[in-house]
Amino acid sequence: MTRDTDRSTALPFERAAKISLQDSQLRRNLGNATQNIRAKRQRVVDEMDDWEALREAGRAIKERVMHDLDEYLLQLEASVTRAGGHVHWARDAAEANRIVQGIVGSHDVTEVIKVKSMTTDEIKLNDALAEVGVQAIETDLAELIIQLAGEESSHILVPAIHKNRAEIRTLFQRTLGVSDLSDDPRDLANAARRFLRDKFFAAKVGISGANFGVAESGTVCVVESEGNGRMCTTLPQVLVTVMGIEKIIPTWQDYEVFLQLLPRSSTGERMNPYTSFWTGVTDGDGPQEFHLILLDNGRTRVLADEIGRQALHCIRCSACLNVCPVYERAGGHAYRSTYPGPIGAILTPQLKGIDQAPSLPYASSLCGACYEVCPVKINIPEVLVHLRGEVVRDRQARGGLRERLNTETLAMKFLASIFANPSRYERAQRLARLANGPFARNGAIERLPGYLSGWTAMRDLKAVPQQSFRDWWRSRS
Amino acid sequence: MSERAGAKEEILGRIRAALRDAPESSPIPRAYRRTSEETMEARITQFAEMASDYRAHVRLITSSAQLQATIEQACRERSARRIVIPADLPQEWRPKGLELLVDENLPHESLNDVDGVVTACAIVVAQTGTIILDGGFAQGRRAITLIPDYHLCIVFADQIVGLVPEAITELRTARQSTHRPITFISGPSATSDIELSRVEGVHGPRTLEIVIVTEPRTSASI
Amino acid sequence: MGHESDGNHIRTGRERESVPEYRIMDISLFITCFNDTLFPETGKAVVTLFERLGHTVEFPLEQTCCGQMHFNTGYQEEAIPLMKRFIEVFAGAEAIVTPSASCAGMIQEYYPRLAQLTGDPKIVDAVEALIPRVYEFTQFLVDRLGVEDVGAYFPHRVTYHPTCHSLRGLKLGDRPLRLLGAVRGLELIELPRAEECCGFGGTFAVKNADTSMAMLSSKVSSVLSTRAEYCVAVDNSCLMQIGGALHRQKTGVRTLHIADILASTEAR
Repeated sequence: MTRDTDRSTALPFERAAKISLQDSQLRRNLGNATQNIRAKRQRVVDEMDDWEALREAGRAIKERVMHDLDEYLLQLEASVTRAGGHVHWARDAAEANRIVQGIVGSHDVTEVIKVKSMTTDEIKLNDALAEVGVQAIETDLAELIIQLAGEESSHILVPAIHKNRAEIRTLFQRTLGVSDLSDDPRDLANAARRFLRDKFFAAKVGISGANFGVAESGTVCVVESEGNGRMCTTLPQVLVTVMGIEKIIPTWQDYEVFLQLLPRSSTGERMNPYTSFWTGVTDGDGPQEFHLILLDNGRTRVLADEIGRQALHCIRCSACLNVCPVYERAGGHAYRSTYPGPIGAILTPQLKGIDQAPSLPYASSLCGACYEVCPVKINIPEVLVHLRGEVVRDRQARGGLRERLNTETLAMKFLASIFANPSRYERAQRLARLANGPFARNGAIERLPGYLSGWTAMRDLKAVPQQSFRDWWRSRS
Repeated sequence: MSERAGAKEEILGRIRAALRDAPESSPIPRAYRRTSEETMEARITQFAEMASDYRAHVRLITSSAQLQATIEQACRERSARRIVIPADLPQEWRPKGLELLVDENLPHESLNDVDGVVTACAIVVAQTGTIILDGGFAQGRRAITLIPDYHLCIVFADQIVGLVPEAITELRTARQSTHRPITFISGPSATSDIELSRVEGVHGPRTLEIVIVTEPRTSASI
Repeated sequence: MGHESDGNHIRTGRERESVPEYRIMDISLFITCFNDTLFPETGKAVVTLFERLGHTVEFPLEQTCCGQMHFNTGYQEEAIPLMKRFIEVFAGAEAIVTPSASCAGMIQEYYPRLAQLTGDPKIVDAVEALIPRVYEFTQFLVDRLGVEDVGAYFPHRVTYHPTCHSLRGLKLGDRPLRLLGAVRGLELIELPRAEECCGFGGTFAVKNADTSMAMLSSKVSSVLSTRAEYCVAVDNSCLMQIGGALHRQKTGVRTLHIADILASTEAR
């Protein structure tokens, strides 16, 4: 019996994970990295006796934002425009890319510099720029590494976590034209610095994402560690910022909540090295032309789901990734989506449509560790279970022979009918005991067929005891 | 143009349709700490500790009259000969015996050619060791504290607040600078992108030096 | 009230009742389909213990399953009749106790949502009235009966694995540890990286068998490092996962439900 196949073209999570679980370098790097960051995060969170109050405020603010999103977007548009910026609205990735192509095209450049932005990854902006002969230079060290290697990022915060220093040295020697280079991280960082510095001075156009955008004042901000964000948002004449519509916060004052929640949750620091805020354009300081692109690309679809919309509260800290036992072992690529880990498992199926990522809601043991650390209290397990229901309903709606013969559906229906009736249930228990027979030896079952073979491939199973609890109970009286 | 107008209306329409059945949102609870009760001495100590944590060099002096000499010494120790300064850096602070470049919209390449920059700042947060620049008095534009490799920042003790919320409030109320470009600096730049071993100094000044003047500000313009 | 969860791991656990009432109680046992069929000895241990403490145990034979597996796998519609049956079967019960943190968690955390899905206000009310009467086994002992020393004797080296449902869902905190701490002869060894998931996750163990096994490997490694004879928990589902590997690998380490230990008054 074939496994249920989904309609998306990407490899389902369980198959992708099977491959990445074998990558011992990834396992080691990721295991060390996530354990490290977990400990750092815990230390700086334990310092805060008002941490829970901050989380609750963060949750409530984001809930308020989603509730009045249209009003806040209009307010943001007005305040940015008042401050001399241009606001554009993009319904989807293609439209956003067209807008950026237009802006860049009007400035006649062949290179632009970029700060890391998951939103621009999501819309595949670099490819769109390449189509019009413009190269987007990634300026985050990890993103630069990934770009030079021609790969995809595997972690929100530390995208090159799957690469070791020797690989990076070889890469730099090959692509940056540096011959004499050690593999000491310090030397590698320096090589990148020299290469990028020239780019920073030469670039006319910079592209960024935004961590937050204040509706009331029009202030946008970028939270970072390396300083390339400052470079890209300060030095060029033109700045283009692509911002998901959910990134809004209502007032300037609300920064006091998120600037405490984000650094401690993401890098485990009291505060990250650099945060840059700007409002429209300012005479004599920084870019004199600013474009803010408000991106939908599926976010309004997420918004329409009563349970799922909390996924839009995400502030992209990656704390959930760092604490997830599944992500720690399978790695980011296994999720085959821009957003990996627990947040990816609930966001991607909603952004793209459940039939595009039906395996992601199941890529979790529902342990709840993510919910515990989420700075804005997104109940990820609740959304996962809800989306699993969507997957099943979607499959059932498609109907057809494949659905009717689906092993899991049959098993679930069968079990439901057994549980509906105590005598049927007890008959099934007796059958299970009998079925034991061929499989059980010395109280353990070592091999099961079909759907359940995944269990016995690596674990023994206790044999069904001869007397059930209810049999014993009855025998007492 | 009409495509643009269409996009906006369509997105707003989708949002309104999505939220038709949404429950009322509840009031926002702000039970977190918004003010601190520490003494100025405690704040100075805490900030100095945080800053040393991220390996910024911290000097304490008791009066702004010592600033000039202190800055000269710091530059000497660093062998810095060419320093860029904002145009409104007070004369009495300016180090002697060095080449001073007053920033009047210098090109970026020139800023790259200096040994360092000296500025004041807007606010400092003790709990996180954060220096905030808002382009105000003696700070200059962002490029001058970004391109040079060495930044010496002057902090007056009464610019130090305890908590992040206090700084956010002050930027909005006392300083009214939220419409200006603002930068939060909490250490020299760092990356942990190579096997997660932390490397300090990628872009931005790789050396941050802080001079804390423990007397309160006398100048009203700071 | 009872079913709220904010994802915060509080060490001391969430309070259900402020004043434990020590009187003879009629306890209705929800054994769970899982324990009924695969771990009857746990049910026997629960009954033995409650009767030893002087209480009366009822076992409504009409009970089957709480619907967790269906609900968690995405078959929420199919779980509704199971919930309704549960409500009906336990309608008159004063206290419903179950030796399964995951099933108690299903009822306390997700029945309200499931009730909402029915669109029937009577069901919503019925669930609201049900939840305060449902207890996980250790929760009941400590919070409602107010006991920590149940007079047990179990002279063995034991390590305790806090299952995800008990740790984060029900926030049992250190209740199970306090109960184990009072068992005479028992040597309790702390489990390293205890809060990490064993990898069971219901159908996850089969649908994502490889990842489940990778997680289980870490858990087994932690258990073995304690050199305990037994790994104990409040959920037989997780113990089946952990025990399955311990047995396959011929480690000689066994798993036990906490009820089995608390009921024990003789050396095994």
